[in-house]
Amino acid sequence: MAAPDMNTPVLECNNVSISYYTRAGEIPAVVDFNLKVMPGEAVGIVGESGCGKSTVALAVMQYMGKNGAIVGGEIKFMGRDMRTMSEEELRDIRGSRISMVYQEPMASLNPSMLIREQLNEVLIYHEGISDEEASKRSIEMLDAVRLPDPERVMDSFPHQISGGQQQRVVIAMALLSKPQLLLLDEPTTALDVTVEAGVVELIKDISKRFGTSMIYISHNLGLILETCDKIAVMYSGEAVEFGTVNQVFDEMRHPYTRGLFNSIPLPGADRYSRPLVPIRGQLPLPHERPTGCNFGPRCDHFKDGVCNVEALHMQDVAGQKGQQVRCERYLSIDWEAAKPKAVAGDGVNYGKTVLQVKNMQKYYEVHDRSLKALISGKASRFVKANEKLDFEAREAETVAIVGESGCGKSTFAKVMLGLETATGGEVILNGQEIGQISVHKRTPQMVGSMQMIFQNPFETLNPSHTVGSQISRVLRMFGVAKSKEDALEKTYKLLDMVKLPRDFAQRRPRQLSGGQKQRVGIARAFAGEAQVVVADEPVSALDVSVQAAVTGLLTDIQRERRTTMLFISHDLSVVRYLADRVVVMYLGQIMEQGNTDDIYSPPYHPYTEALLSAVPIADTSITKKHIVLEGELPSPMNPPSGCPFQTRCPRKIGSICETDLPEVKDLGNGHKIMCHLSEEDLRAMEPVIAMPSDKKKSAASKSPGRVKAALAAASIAAIPGTAPKPAAQDKPVKKAVAKKPAAKKSAAKKPAAKKPAARKAGPERLKKARGKADDLKLISGVGPKLEQTLNKLGFWHFDQIASWRKADIAIVDDELSFKGRIERDDWVKQAKALARK
Amino acid sequence: MTDTTAEQSNTPDTAKGLARFLAAFGLLRESWVGMIGLFLVSFWVLVAIFVDLLPLQDPLAQTRGAINLAMLTEDKTGVMHWMGTDDRGRDLLARLLHGSRVVLFWSTLATIVAYSVGMIMGVTAGYRGGWWDEIISFIGNVLLSFPQIVLLLVILTAFGPNSNVGIWMNTALGLDKTIVSGALIIVAITFSTAPQVARIVRGIVLDLKTRDYIAAAEVRGEGPLWIMLVELLPNARGPLIVDACLRLGYVIITIALLGFLSLGLPPPDPDWGKMISDGRQWGYNGLNMMLWPALAISSLVLGLNLLADGLREISLRD
Amino acid sequence: MLQLAGKRLVQMALIMLTVSLLLFLAFEADKYSLAGKVLGQYSTEDQRLLWLEQNGYNAPFVQRYFTWVFNAARGDFGESVQFATPVSKLLKDHLLNTAVLGGLVFTITVSIALVLGVLSGIAEGSPRDRGITVLAVITTSIPEFASATILVAIFVFWLDILPGTSPFSNGLTWADANQLVLPVMVLVIYNFGYYTRMTRASMAEVMTSQYVRTAILKGLPYKRVILRHGLRNALIAPFTVMILQLNYLLSGVIVTEVFFSYKGFGKLLYEAALFGDIFVIEACAMVAVFIAVFSQFVSDIGYTLLNPRIRFS
Repeated sequence: MAAPDMNTPVLECNNVSISYYTRAGEIPAVVDFNLKVMPGEAVGIVGESGCGKSTVALAVMQYMGKNGAIVGGEIKFMGRDMRTMSEEELRDIRGSRISMVYQEPMASLNPSMLIREQLNEVLIYHEGISDEEASKRSIEMLDAVRLPDPERVMDSFPHQISGGQQQRVVIAMALLSKPQLLLLDEPTTALDVTVEAGVVELIKDISKRFGTSMIYISHNLGLILETCDKIAVMYSGEAVEFGTVNQVFDEMRHPYTRGLFNSIPLPGADRYSRPLVPIRGQLPLPHERPTGCNFGPRCDHFKDGVCNVEALHMQDVAGQKGQQVRCERYLSIDWEAAKPKAVAGDGVNYGKTVLQVKNMQKYYEVHDRSLKALISGKASRFVKANEKLDFEAREAETVAIVGESGCGKSTFAKVMLGLETATGGEVILNGQEIGQISVHKRTPQMVGSMQMIFQNPFETLNPSHTVGSQISRVLRMFGVAKSKEDALEKTYKLLDMVKLPRDFAQRRPRQLSGGQKQRVGIARAFAGEAQVVVADEPVSALDVSVQAAVTGLLTDIQRERRTTMLFISHDLSVVRYLADRVVVMYLGQIMEQGNTDDIYSPPYHPYTEALLSAVPIADTSITKKHIVLEGELPSPMNPPSGCPFQTRCPRKIGSICETDLPEVKDLGNGHKIMCHLSEEDLRAMEPVIAMPSDKKKSAASKSPGRVKAALAAASIAAIPGTAPKPAAQDKPVKKAVAKKPAAKKSAAKKPAAKKPAARKAGPERLKKARGKADDLKLISGVGPKLEQTLNKLGFWHFDQIASWRKADIAIVDDELSFKGRIERDDWVKQAKALARK
Repeated sequence: MTDTTAEQSNTPDTAKGLARFLAAFGLLRESWVGMIGLFLVSFWVLVAIFVDLLPLQDPLAQTRGAINLAMLTEDKTGVMHWMGTDDRGRDLLARLLHGSRVVLFWSTLATIVAYSVGMIMGVTAGYRGGWWDEIISFIGNVLLSFPQIVLLLVILTAFGPNSNVGIWMNTALGLDKTIVSGALIIVAITFSTAPQVARIVRGIVLDLKTRDYIAAAEVRGEGPLWIMLVELLPNARGPLIVDACLRLGYVIITIALLGFLSLGLPPPDPDWGKMISDGRQWGYNGLNMMLWPALAISSLVLGLNLLADGLREISLRD
Repeated sequence: MLQLAGKRLVQMALIMLTVSLLLFLAFEADKYSLAGKVLGQYSTEDQRLLWLEQNGYNAPFVQRYFTWVFNAARGDFGESVQFATPVSKLLKDHLLNTAVLGGLVFTITVSIALVLGVLSGIAEGSPRDRGITVLAVITTSIPEFASATILVAIFVFWLDILPGTSPFSNGLTWADANQLVLPVMVLVIYNFGYYTRMTRASMAEVMTSQYVRTAILKGLPYKRVILRHGLRNALIAPFTVMILQLNYLLSGVIVTEVFFSYKGFGKLLYEAALFGDIFVIEACAMVAVFIAVFSQFVSDIGYTLLNPRIRFS
């Protein structure tokens, strides 16, 4: 393989246009797309569904399917236009020099072939080596992607390993032939949050360890921030903004980019300090795009005669090298005025307790029909889907139930709604036990008072019936409407409530967009004048800009009607925005519950801590601790003994965790944690997410928990990224905390201004120019650019870095604007090892 | 609660429903395969409906001395026999066209009965699950373990028109012989076809019942009957319409086949299968008698199969 | 695996028992009518009663049923009324003939179907695919007695190169092999379309799967993608169905056998049905059901063996 020339872009897309041909004619999927990927660089492409980002990836692979074609422009790989390449040349490049990682690992692996064969064939066909040699290389690569027990994985079929492991196999497969370019198409979307965190951790390293350039496609800005150097934002088939991660995240120029950022929840903020602002309107269909700016009809800064005249082009942003934007008016928009304002908290008055769940248990009986089980008499055993659930919800209150797949949240919803009956304990609604009563035995009034909003907008409505008939059916069933006319009238009112036009009553579900269907789902749930509404991930399948609108609508209706809402979710950032109380579940049990503020600040349950750390955050000013959980989610069929979390817990104390189920500790104010750690240890934890300190004051005034969070914020910069150690080791760190906030503040706000000061205060004692410099790039996490910066600061040798102290790290951090992404601590460790060699 | 059951289905519009149904056939225009199928099927359906109005000979009238005439020959009375005559001197064209009515009537009826039974079995097994499923599936498996023709032969010999059951229906109930045969054929076809339909419906229902809108119906306390009939079945209609076309084709073949095996409807009504088996007795001279019904039945079944193909093609597009 | 086989065997036995009970109920519940059928309609009342007495029909129903099942399990189905020979001997001869016909048809059909199905499935939507699909639809639309008529018209009466019947009066010999051509042709024409369309559907589905995309984007040669990644998965479903269809060859050949007077299983059953030869019908039905259930068993086991997702889970 030729050594990559550092000045030739690995990939260059010039004015690429891609179309699909359907019965309706040519449909332009991507128009005028430009992208340059340099060696070792990671470029993110972000956008909502239908924006054309995946089409770009397939075009780069020159794999357009039967009805797609690249209709204009050129795609150059290592300087050669791929459109002129023969099928044979393309085959040679695919899988060896450009390779791809897909969204669904299970579907992308051949179900009937051993992983060994699927990996080896890449090397056998591209490099012509023997099977044994290929096996050796494959095992090395599986090891490199941190798969435990690579030999066993090699001899497994894809379905025999977990989703996270499958994706690591796919990544290994892509890297086997040391490609120059790796395309990742939503590689973690199908994975659970904590598993995702591990895979992202791996992806972050790839370009550094293998020198591979990457294109990372995602709808999640947070993930792009964690993994990429540059970012292209796409909207409706066009790139609308391009620049380095810092340029785009800190100084976005395109109204759509800004809209996107304003509509995503950040875990550092809540609905009062930074309310979500949805983007109004809908994504235009490809053949209905407007003249001029595609975003025009949805843009608050739209100006007739400017934005809708002719097709817009990307233009360089003045004063920002490399940043480009597709907007005619980017210089004339007053962003300060357009910024979302903080709103005053309206201080919800919670009413009486509506729902009480006491020691609720739900077991399923599983029949094991194997001969062994029959002989030993253990033919049936119980799976504990819910064990000892214990919490309350008051009127007008939102209680979020958070957890990953298999945590029992869906089972819990089923028991609530009477689709299943509880095995033990009580569920009390308005003083009446309902846990044992199935839905068919409940009175219409009981059924009506507990309704549900479903997850998948495409399945929530029956495609055979009109929207109106589905709502009025509910109205009639619960006796809310007495006559046909009354039902129609009330249906219209409900459509008004969810801000849909009245004529939608006559429409069929397939004529509605995902967000609109979800609104109808909300209308239906509230139609029976429900007292408790269970919302099962109601926005997770929607695009981010639509999510904000639906979330806002849902909470507004709920507050107005003083309904109790149980909000089931895996997404801690959404939950922060709308929940008053949070219940964190893992493998059927409640690990922690408390008021929202208490959950998001220490003391945490170790699982909550890991979950929080796994949330990707799209904000460069926020720093967070990286906790990557070992291992996979255990199956609820076969839960671990003792504490359910003990197999993955980074703070495990010892054998007590394996043998005894922990007691629930009440830390006051309804904050309960089920853990063996002592209360002091729990209280000594540091916050996972640290907001920039200028938010400190407002946060401090709100709750005591926030003060702690803000105070500790700076300390994260000092020791970012350490895998949590037993609490005893955390204590000394706390002392150093309080000193720094001032420095942090200015660093976060204006890194440029801080530079001279930082250099002066630089670690003089470490500056010993001597001999040949070490190749700092060998430290995983340091790329060519970072190496330059480090050199500028006077760091040339491993031993210098090896002797960094906390203060030094803080200074380096101020200098590098990649805070929160790179683990300096890890650098020190690596440097120590490298220095020894 | 029962008073509201009909509401959801009929409030909007029956007229619009019909319009949508026709629109589906309008879409067929985009599939030439489907159009050919539609043409063939409509041809036979129209013939079956209006055959009495056509200027044809009496299909049962036997012309003396005009046995096994070749096509396009006149008999001694000067009557033109476009397709010739059969072994009893009956006009083949008239018999063939009148035969379409017999074939389409009994096969459609049999398909409707078999389909209704199959859908009820399938939707119950799929939605109810548990013991319902076990029992229905077992019955289905038992019936399906008989190869279809074997099952037909067994049923028609054990309970056919000449068995005690058949004779009882004929004498005690005073039913016409044709009706007895027809009814028995319908029963036999139901036994052999309904389990296949049930299996398909069950598969679709198992898939559909995991949808959120079914959960939504359960959560608002709908009964199983409502869920099966109003929430599930309408959404299964796409694949079922396609399958029904194919199934009707099979049933037509089956009925003709029973006629060919002399187990079908009693003479003298024209039955395409029987016409072929009659012709077979005459060797070369019977060829005329065999070819026309062979072509007729093939074209009708081909029409149905092409129609099903076209419908499937357009249903996959959206 | 063993467990699955065991479970299936139990199911098989259960179905066979149910079928036998149904058959017994249908044909022998009314023993007087049975005696009438066996002895002919001109037998006297006394003769019938005597026959019932002599053949143990006065025993209770349950006992009679179990005796019958027991005998059937040993292959003893009694004596044919029509031919006055043991049913088992008749069955053996006719089954052998049908096996020859069926085996030939199965081999030819499967070969044609696999080739056409794969060719059509890997190029979904192409003119080749459309051509093959339409051909398959047309041939499956022509029932056997219709295609037999047309083929006889062409090859027997017009070209006069093949015999119009296949009685094999001298037994199955090479000299008479041309008698097999028309029946085989008729059955192949009727059957290959169904197999072809199934193979096509399965192949087309696999070709649009993500793992085939992965294989292509791994840069594997097209041949490798088709043969190793595509076919292996695409053939699982057609294989299962083809095995399931084995039992069709036993009974589906009835029409063809009758049409060409081929002395096979189907003709035996058909003539027994016309004659009212109860014991032969019972035996034929039991054999047909046994073969159907057994092929279902083989197909289930085969599916499990071919599909690693089920084999190792």
